[in-house]
Order: sequence, then C-alpha cells, then structure tokens
Amino acid sequence: MQAAKLQTAQVFSFHGGIHPPENKTQSLQLPLGKPSLPNELILPLGQHIGQSSRPLVKVGDKVLKGETIAINNGFLSSFLHAPTSGTIAAIEERLIAHPSGLSDLCIILAPDGNETWTPLEPLDNWQDISKTDVLAYLSEMGIIGMGGAGFPTQVKLQGAHKNPLTHFIINAAECEPYITADDMLIREKTLELVLGIEILQHLVEADNIVIGIEDNKPTAIAALKAILSERNSQIQIAVVPTKYPSGGEKQLIQLLTGKEVPSGQYPADIGVLCQNVGTCVAVHDAITLGKPLISRFTTLTGDALKAPQNVEVLFGTPVAHLLEYADFEPKKLSRLIMGGPMMGYTLDSAAVPIVKTSNCILAASKKELPAPAPEQACIRCGMCEQACPASLLPQQLLWFSKSQEFEKAEHHNLFDCIECGACSYVCPSSIPLVQYYRHSKSSIREAREANVKSDLAKQRFEARKARQDAEAAEKEAKRLARQKASSNKATDKKKAAPEKAAPTAAAAPATTDESKKLKVDIAIGKSKLKKLQKQLLEAQENEHVEEINNLQLQVTDQEKAIASLEEQLAQMTSAAPDAPATNTAKASPAPVSDELKKAKVDVALIGVKLKKLQKQLVETPDDQELKDKVSAFETDLKAAQDTVSKLSESTQASTNTAAAEPKAAISDELKKLKIDAAIAKAAVKKVEKALKKAEEINAPEIEAIRQQLQEAQQRADELEKTLANPEAAAPKAAPVKAEPETNVDADAAKKRKIDLAIAKAGIKKAEKNIQLLKEQGKDEAEINASEWPSKLKEAQDKLAGLEKEQASEATAPSVATVTSAPIATANIDADAAKKRKIDLAIAKAGIKKAEKNIQLLKDQGKDESEIEASEWPKKLIEAQQKLAALEAEESTSATSVSTPVEKTAANSEAKVEPEMDLATQIKKEKIAVALAKAQINKLNKRLESSPEEADNIKQEIVATEQRLQSAETLLEKLIHSQTNMQENR
Amino acid sequence: MALLRITSPHTQRAGRRTSWVMQMVILATIPGIVVQTWLFGWGTLINLMIACITALLSEAAILAVRRRAVGFFLKDYSALLTAVLLGVALPPVVPWWVTVTAVAFAIIFAKQLYGGLGNNPFNPAMVGYAIVLVSFPVPMSQWLGVQSMIPAGETLSFMQSLQAIFHHLPVIDSYTMATPLDGFKHKDLLDSQAAFSSIAALQGPSLNSWLWVNAAYLVGGLGLIWLRIITWHTPAALLGALLVMAGVFHLFDPSNTATPFFQLTTGAAMFGAFFIATDPVSSCTSNRGRLIYGAGIGILIYIIRSWGGYPDGVAFGVLLMNFSAPLIDYYTQPRTYGHKKAKTGLKVGEDN
Ligand code: SF4
Ligand code: SF4
Repeated sequence: MQAAKLQTAQVFSFHGGIHPPENKTQSLQLPLGKPSLPNELILPLGQHIGQSSRPLVKVGDKVLKGETIAINNGFLSSFLHAPTSGTIAAIEERLIAHPSGLSDLCIILAPDGNETWTPLEPLDNWQDISKTDVLAYLSEMGIIGMGGAGFPTQVKLQGAHKNPLTHFIINAAECEPYITADDMLIREKTLELVLGIEILQHLVEADNIVIGIEDNKPTAIAALKAILSERNSQIQIAVVPTKYPSGGEKQLIQLLTGKEVPSGQYPADIGVLCQNVGTCVAVHDAITLGKPLISRFTTLTGDALKAPQNVEVLFGTPVAHLLEYADFEPKKLSRLIMGGPMMGYTLDSAAVPIVKTSNCILAASKKELPAPAPEQACIRCGMCEQACPASLLPQQLLWFSKSQEFEKAEHHNLFDCIECGACSYVCPSSIPLVQYYRHSKSSIREAREANVKSDLAKQRFEARKARQDAEAAEKEAKRLARQKASSNKATDKKKAAPEKAAPTAAAAPATTDESKKLKVDIAIGKSKLKKLQKQLLEAQENEHVEEINNLQLQVTDQEKAIASLEEQLAQMTSAAPDAPATNTAKASPAPVSDELKKAKVDVALIGVKLKKLQKQLVETPDDQELKDKVSAFETDLKAAQDTVSKLSESTQASTNTAAAEPKAAISDELKKLKIDAAIAKAAVKKVEKALKKAEEINAPEIEAIRQQLQEAQQRADELEKTLANPEAAAPKAAPVKAEPETNVDADAAKKRKIDLAIAKAGIKKAEKNIQLLKEQGKDEAEINASEWPSKLKEAQDKLAGLEKEQASEATAPSVATVTSAPIATANIDADAAKKRKIDLAIAKAGIKKAEKNIQLLKDQGKDESEIEASEWPKKLIEAQQKLAALEAEESTSATSVSTPVEKTAANSEAKVEPEMDLATQIKKEKIAVALAKAQINKLNKRLESSPEEADNIKQEIVATEQRLQSAETLLEKLIHSQTNMQENR
Repeated sequence: MALLRITSPHTQRAGRRTSWVMQMVILATIPGIVVQTWLFGWGTLINLMIACITALLSEAAILAVRRRAVGFFLKDYSALLTAVLLGVALPPVVPWWVTVTAVAFAIIFAKQLYGGLGNNPFNPAMVGYAIVLVSFPVPMSQWLGVQSMIPAGETLSFMQSLQAIFHHLPVIDSYTMATPLDGFKHKDLLDSQAAFSSIAALQGPSLNSWLWVNAAYLVGGLGLIWLRIITWHTPAALLGALLVMAGVFHLFDPSNTATPFFQLTTGAAMFGAFFIATDPVSSCTSNRGRLIYGAGIGILIYIIRSWGGYPDGVAFGVLLMNFSAPLIDYYTQPRTYGHKKAKTGLKVGEDN
C-alpha cells in the first residue's frame, strides 16, 4: 500500500511539444547484443564537457581492462580507462563524433583479446566514508553524465549541494524517436539502476526521488515497479505522456515538479538534480563492483540495418564495426546519424568511435529520412509557436535571424531556445528554423567577443585622446607662458629702468638674428619630434612592431638634433646678453611658478596613484608586479617632489633677487631647461601610462615600452641635472671667445660677465638649497650626502676662475673706455665696463645674502657651532676672498659693505673693499647708492626687530648714510651724461 | 554516405506542407460555396473560376517578372486561396471585370509587391475587396435574393448568371434584393421592431438564407480548427467581441439595434472570423496577440456596421487590425520558459 502510494507521482505538463513517429520498436526486436572486439579502440581524450584528460600511458604500453589510461586535467574533467586489455598502439589525432566533424587527440588501443581485468577495488564502505571521498572516487571511475552533454558527474553532484534538494529526478524519458538504449538498460539492469539511485540519493539527500519515464516503455515501467515495490523503496515513478521533448532536462523538471529552471540558471538553483539512468547504473557498477566506466548501451537502428538492436559496446569501438555487426546495407544508407533524428548530428565517416555519450547510431535510408524539402516562405502559421516547448515565438526569431536583427532576437529570448527542433519539425514551409537560430546564436556570441575586443580598443583610443589633449594643453601652456614672458618684458622695461644696470643692446642684432633662427630650428625640430613621438605611440597602440623600431630610431635622432640645436642656442644666448635677456629678471618667476604648479600637481597625482597601488598591495600582498609599480611610483614621487622644491626655490630666488640682478639670461635658459625637463617628464609619465595599460592588457610590447620609459627617464634626469646646475653648462662656452677686438672683445667680456652672474646665481641657489635643507631639519650628513655642497663647490670654483679672468682683462679696456664713454662708438666698451661693475655688485650682493643667511640661522636660534659646521661661513670667506682680489683698487665705500659682516662672524675683518675702477664710477656709484639705500632700509628694519643692538645699528646707519651721500654727490656729477640712457631704459 | 551535412532535426512532420495548409483552407470553404450556390445560383462558381484564373495568371506573370520559380510558388496554392476567398466574398452577379480587378490588385499589389507570400502586411483578399468596394459601389451592393423573396421567384440559371457577369442581364433587377445588413442599415427612422416587420430584407427567408451561409462557414472553420490549421483564438475573440458589443448595445437601446444573434448570422461574420481574420501572414503571432487582434476586428465590425458608411465591416476591420498587428505582437510575447514574466515591447537589455 505504502509502496503503491509512493510510486505514483504528480505529473504536470509543458507547453508545446510534438509527437513524431516513435520508431522505437525496430531496435527492441532483438535482445541486447554484445559485439565482438574490434581491431582497435579509439578513445578520444575529450569525451566529456571541460578540459580533455591527460594521457597516462605511452605508445607501446600494455594496459589491462579497466586500467586508468588518462587522468583528469583540472576541476571540470574526467578520467578515462582502458575498455579492454591490450597495447597502446598510438596517441594521435583521429576523426571523432562531433557536429562539426572535428578531429581530436585519441588513445588508440589494440586489444589483445584476453579481456584481462585489472584488480577491481569496489568502494564497499561508501556509506561510511565522507561524501567528498565518494565523489572523488566517482571521478576516478570516469563517470560522466551519459544522457547528452557529458557533464562530469561528481561536479554535478557537488553543485547539487548549493541548495537543499527537493527533487532528485532520474531521467528515463528517452523522448527521441528511434532510441531505446535507456529502455533496454532499464529492462536489463533494473536492480543495478535502483541500487545506483540509492547510492546517489545517499550522496545528495533529496526530499523526493522520481524516475521520469514516458508511457511508451511499459515493459521497463513494469520491471521498475516490480523491483521498487519489492524493495519497498521510496523512489517514485512518474509516467509521463509520450511527447517530444519530455526528456529534455528542463521539460522533465517542469513535468515532474511544475517548476521552471530560471533562464540562465541551473536545476540545482531550484533544488533539483537530474541524472540519466545510464549514469545511475554506472555509479552502481563503479561503487559496488569497482568497475570504471568503459562501456555503455547504444541503439543501432535505421532502415539501412537489417538487424537493428541495442548493444552493450566498449568505448572506442568504431561505428563501422557496429554497423557491420548489425548487418549494415551500404546501398540503403543515405544518412548516418549519431543520436536521434531530432537532435542528433550527421557523421561524415563510420570510422568515428563510440564515446561515453553516444546513445544511438541511426543508419537511415533515403525513404526514412528524406532530404529536406525546399524551404518556402514563412506563412506565420504559428505551428512552430504551438510546438515550442520553451514558449518562444519561432517565427519572430526566424524573422529577426533572417534580417540579422540580433538584438531583437535576443530580446525574444533566442538564448532560451534549447534547439530541440520541434519548430522545424512542424513547420509547413520546411524552414530549417534551428539552423537559423544556431547561426544567430553564434553570430551574437561572436559579436559579444568582438565587443570585448572593441572595448579594449576604445580604452586605447581614449588613452590616446587623453595623451593628445595633454599635448595640446602643454602646447597651450607654453604658448601662454611665452606670451606672458614677452608682455612682462615690455612692462618690466620700465621697472628695470631705475636700476640703470641694464647694458645697451648695440651688439645684439646680429646675435639675436642668429638665435632667432636657431630657435625656429629648434621649434621645427621639436614639432617634428613630437610628430614622431605621436606616430610612435600610435604604432604602439596599434601593435605595429616594425614601425615601432623605425620610429624609435627617428625619435632618438630627432632628440639628438634638438639637443645640439639647443646647445647652440644656449651658447648664442649666453653670447648675446641683449636687452630682453637682461630685462626679464622679473618675468622669470611667472613661468617658473607655472612650472611649479605643474610639478606640484604631478606630485599630488603620483601620490594618489601611489596610495591606490599601496591599497591594492595590501589586498594582494604577493603581487610582485604591484610592488614594483609602487616602488617605481615612489621614486617618481621623490623626483617630482625634488623638482617642486627646486622650482619653489628658484621662484623664491628669482623673486628675491628680481630687484636688481640681471639674471635674465640664466633665467631664460633655466626656463628652457625646465620646460624641457617638464616635457621629458611628461614623456616619462606618458610612457609609464602606456606601460601600465600594456600591463593591464598583457600586450606584447611591454618590453619596448619599458625600454622607452628608461630612455625617457634618462633624458629627464639629464635635463634635470643641467637644470640643477645651469652654471655648469653656461660657462662652457665662455672661454671660447676672447679675442681682443673691440666689438668681439666687448661681447666676450659681456659674456663673461653674464657667465659670472650665472655662476653666482647658481651658487646662490645651491646655498639656498642647502639652507632649505637645513630649515627642513635635515642634519649635516644628509646635506653633505646631497649633491648641493659639491655643486656649490664646483660653481664657486668656476666663479673664481671667471672672476680672475675678468680681473686681469678688466683693467685695459675699462681704462680706455673711461674717457671715451660719451662717444657713441665706445659705447660698447663703456657698457662692458658697466657690466663688470654690475657683476661685482652682484657678487657682493651674493655675499651679503650669504651673510644674511648666516644671520638668519642665528636668528633662528641655531648656536654658533652649528653655523660654523654649516658651510655658510666657509663659503662666505671664499667668496669674500675672491671679491677681495677684484676689488683691490676700490676703497671709498668699502667699509660699509663690511659692516654687517662684522656682526655675523669673527672673520668679518678679512673684508677689504677695494675700489675697482674710477672710469665707470658712475655706474658703480649708482649701484652703490642703491645698495646703500637698501642697506639703510635693512638696517632700519633690524633696528626695529632687535633694539638691543640699536647702538651698533645706528652707527652703521650713519656710516651708510654717509656713504650714500658721497655716492650720490659723485653720481650727480656724472648724471647728466646718463640721461639718454635712462630714458632708453 | 551523406555529402550534405544536414543538421538536426533530420525529420519533418510528413505531409503538412504549406500547400497542404492552403488546400485545406480552400476545401474548408466548400460548405459555404455550396450553400451560396444553392441560394444564389451559379454566380458564385463563375466568380470563383474568374478569380482563380486571374490569380494564377497574375501570380505567374509577376513571379516571372520577379524571376522566381513560377511553378514552385504557384504550387503553394496561396494565390488560389486568395482567389477563392475573394470569389465567395464578392456578390454572385458582380461584373467579371470587378472580380478581375479585385483579384489582380490583391495578388499583384497587396501580395507580390510586398515580397510575395509571407511578407504582405495586409490580407490580400481584403485589400482587393476594399478596392472594388470603394471603386465600384453599385455592382458591389447588388446581392441576389432568395428565390422565395424576389419577384422572379427563382434563382438565376447558369446562362443567366453568365450573361449577368459577362454582359448585361436586363432582368437582373427582379433577382436582386438588399441583404439583411443593407436593409437594417437603411431602416432610417424605423425602430428595430418596425424594421424587422416591414423591410423585405429583414424577413424570415432572407435572414434564414444568411443564417445558412454563416452556418456553412462556421462548419468549415471548425474543420480548420480541428485540423489545427488555425487556432480558436482569433475567431473566438472576434465573434465574442461582436457578440458582446451587439449584446451591450442591444441591452441599452433595443429599439434601434439588432440582436446579437442577427449580428453573428448575417453578412460575413463567420466567413470573416474563420477565413479572413485567421489569415496567418497578416495577423498576430502569439495566442494572446490573436485574442486581442480578433477582438479588435469584432469591435470594428460592429462599429462599422452600426455607424459606418458600409453595411458590413469585415474587410475594413481586418485591414485596420492588420495595421496594428506588429504592435500587438511586440506587446504580447508569450512568457518564455524560465522567465518570470513575458517581455513586452522592444526594449533591449531588460531581462527577467
Ligand atoms: S511553422 Fe514555419 S511557416 Fe509556420 S510560422 Fe513557424 S516558421 Fe513560419
Ligand atoms: S528549437 Fe528552439 S524555438 Fe524551436 S521549438 Fe525547440 S526550443 Fe522552440
């Protein structure tokens, strides 16, 4: 009673379905056949879904029946066993049973005919050991789903644990016409099937176990019922009406549970597990008998066979062997199909082997399966729709497939089509609908893949656009900077006028012309370079390898050319200290601060990137690539911070010194260098970006980009170096021209002056940097370790050399020019002399600044020893000594200069202020006046801030005022000859 | 061995080809044709002959112009079906050139110029019918009367029919009479009761003749449903909507409207429901869509009959709903297996 109740299950229904002629009786006339051993067994390594198995044997190995000959290759893979004893004859590509007629790697086994079993090890304690072990055992037994797709059973069983299982369905529906293999299997192995189901139930623990079977298998149903009631089993039988495709997994689930598998999900997601009867028997054989999966039941049928029947066949048996066994009539054969007539596929050759999923060989005659009728127009009769088990609109899908409207087809759920063929079967217009759907599906899949690719391409394109934008912005910024500089030049002319320090520009035109030409050349070269770089990047983006090399060569050439041009220009500008050069003193801060801003932004950006990477690093601490990137970014950051500090110093320097110092030339050059450096850095960054992108997409050009990065970084470093000590570059050209001709000589002298000025400025900067470092609290060792002290030293040496040169040369021309000052032709000489004076003044100002720095240190409360330890006093002494040589002749206002020094250190007495030249006194005096005024101002300020020193300071002020007065009177005498010049300024 | 790589499925339902479908529909009209011939004489058959010949000729000609396989497409019987539907729909004594015009227009313009079978958005037979109805209203309104009601007291003989169709039959007036729908339409100020008692066309024999005609088409249509060539959805929805409309309006205004039974058994109600509205090509695809489509036609038929300019509204109702069929299709997709609800419209990327 209980058994009877348990054995009936509620049966639902599904939409659509067809009733093709069953044609099942033919193959059930004869009892189960057992074909003889073929000459060779062809065992494809990929009989299941997932990775192909890895062979364990080599050619010539002797294997026993049931021996493992290939093991799984990853999670979704399976084992393969020798179906009989014999020798491995080959491992080679053979034609396999596949819809596309593919070849695949197969193990060829030559049977020895003995059928010697390998020792069998049944898993008798399967109820006691862990389920995972049982699953692993099933995997080793090579068990896969034998119904259709060949999904490794242990994977499916594992997946079934995702949700509590309500239904464990055993698929015995076998809805395809002609096929009776499962029917025969149930009849022959009823008990094994039930035992196998019980083992699986032990593994999955479902609430209900239902065998779904079509009502066209009464014998099998009766056999099952008998056994189940005998065993008083809880397994239910659900007899479903015969309707194709009730054996489809989704349809059977709907039939037996009333539930639908949600689109895109698996039965396990709704708590259902389906297993084919063949699989259940295989599980039983494996666990209770220890037999691996080496054979299966296959239906041999079709009109071209005289003895259609079911056979239990070893895997690897060629189809031809089976056809022969079933009395094959070649003349009658028109279509050889593996599988059933609804979903099977045609075989090109009978040489293909039977595999774990081959359930039927249909050797059909022409009458049986006539060639498809010619396709007619779809009359939208809707018969397909009535037949579709997935409730699709096949006629609409056909329409969209034909017109390639794949989006609409997808919207009409094309991908829910199970390709059952019911629609094609009923279509009165003989439209091969399923073919259209297959084609559309593959087109859509291709399009999706192409989409992924085009997304990558889009990313690349965007990167390129960003780069181009950045370039444009850079250009624009530079243009603006130039504009600003020139307008500043114009406005600064007036500001610079009172300084009276500017020399005339009589000799300038020739050199400016030349320099202009050079600049144009450079500009052209740079634009060429940029174009080349752009091409290079494009080539990299498009992965044109040969082009890349070519372009890279061109780029380096161009870079060299530009470098040489720039060098020339540098010489030229240093040789032509024309008006704009001297007057841009004020203009320099603007671009520099621009630079500075940019650099700061860089720092911020790199910092952000660094942080991001570090975060990533925290998440994945083993990622070497990430680590590398982080360190690279850190160095970047460092570099960028350096530039920022350098730049900020230089801005300070230029703002501080803008008052009186003609450091125009140097600032011009500095600007240029800085821009170059910025460009180089931008290039570095760009390359880095490209590198990152390349790393992201694993592009093959990573190496090339890395190399480029290095090159770019080198260039940037070089530029920075030159930027850091421009004085090193500047004086190089100085000694070249020294001929004692009037014009040239004067030029040379001028140049020397400028060099001197540059060198001094360099020194100042170095000192400032050191100062800054100190302020930042770095200890001495660090400062020494930094390059600044050595640079300072270098610069100072150079300065000394220059000054000496100048001193020796100064006397002759300057004496001559004293008298000829008012004369137009001698103007140049006078200018030169004037310049020299200015330089001296500058030098002095530098010293003063150094002293100021020392003072500052004191103010900041550093004790004497610290100051002593710092290089400032030493430097000061050196500079002062140098000055002393130059100023030997000067005496008038000497003492005033030395006054602040007295306060700073004991060595202030070393200062002797010689007058240099009387002939150019006027200039000198003006400067002196200016200086004295500045001094007074300063002293007054100090007076306010440190009243305890009031006496001292007051004395100083008095002395300075005296000096000022004398200088002013001297100046007055000469002032009328200067009016013209002043106006020019 | 097979040289053709034929993909699954490898088999097809035997015998049920498109031509078979068309033949079955043609055969299903036979009861109607028989009743019409019995009631109205040979004219229907003569019309059918003219229509079939015209259809085959124009189809063959245009296929030849389009360089298609003439024999292959002629054998799909779709042109013949159009001709038959038109032949039985036109009045039995309509001049031959009206039939020729209607059929030729249906085949050439309504069907082939759209790309032939399966591509025509409008029901070709109804396009042809509407064209001649609009162009030649006089011959199109000339229906014959049942023999007991007309002055002649007999149906037209075969020769008379031929003469009426190809030449001119002077005595034709003694054979014709208004159809019940015509009569009811022109009851003018009479209320229904008065109309049914006074107007000749609304007398028992006339009504009965049309009842017979409709019953015959109902039989044919049920046969088609039984053969699963058409589904019940369209006719049921059409007739249901007509019934409901007629019923509701008759309830509210019994004195000015006819009974639902009158509406369902006169004119082309059954013919339209089972043979015209079910034309698969120009109707909706899903079952739900067919219900809406059929109901729309039913409502339109009632509206045109009651307030329109023509006594019957099948042709225009069908044509109007042909317009909306694609739209209905988009909004009545069936719920696909594994989806919680059906998709509507054509929004892409809104899966469920
Ligand atoms: S069954 Fe064929 S002819 Fe009919 S609607 Fe579907 S595709 Fe069109
Ligand atoms: S093949 Fe696809 S569209 Fe055709 S009936 Fe099967 S599921 Fe429906």
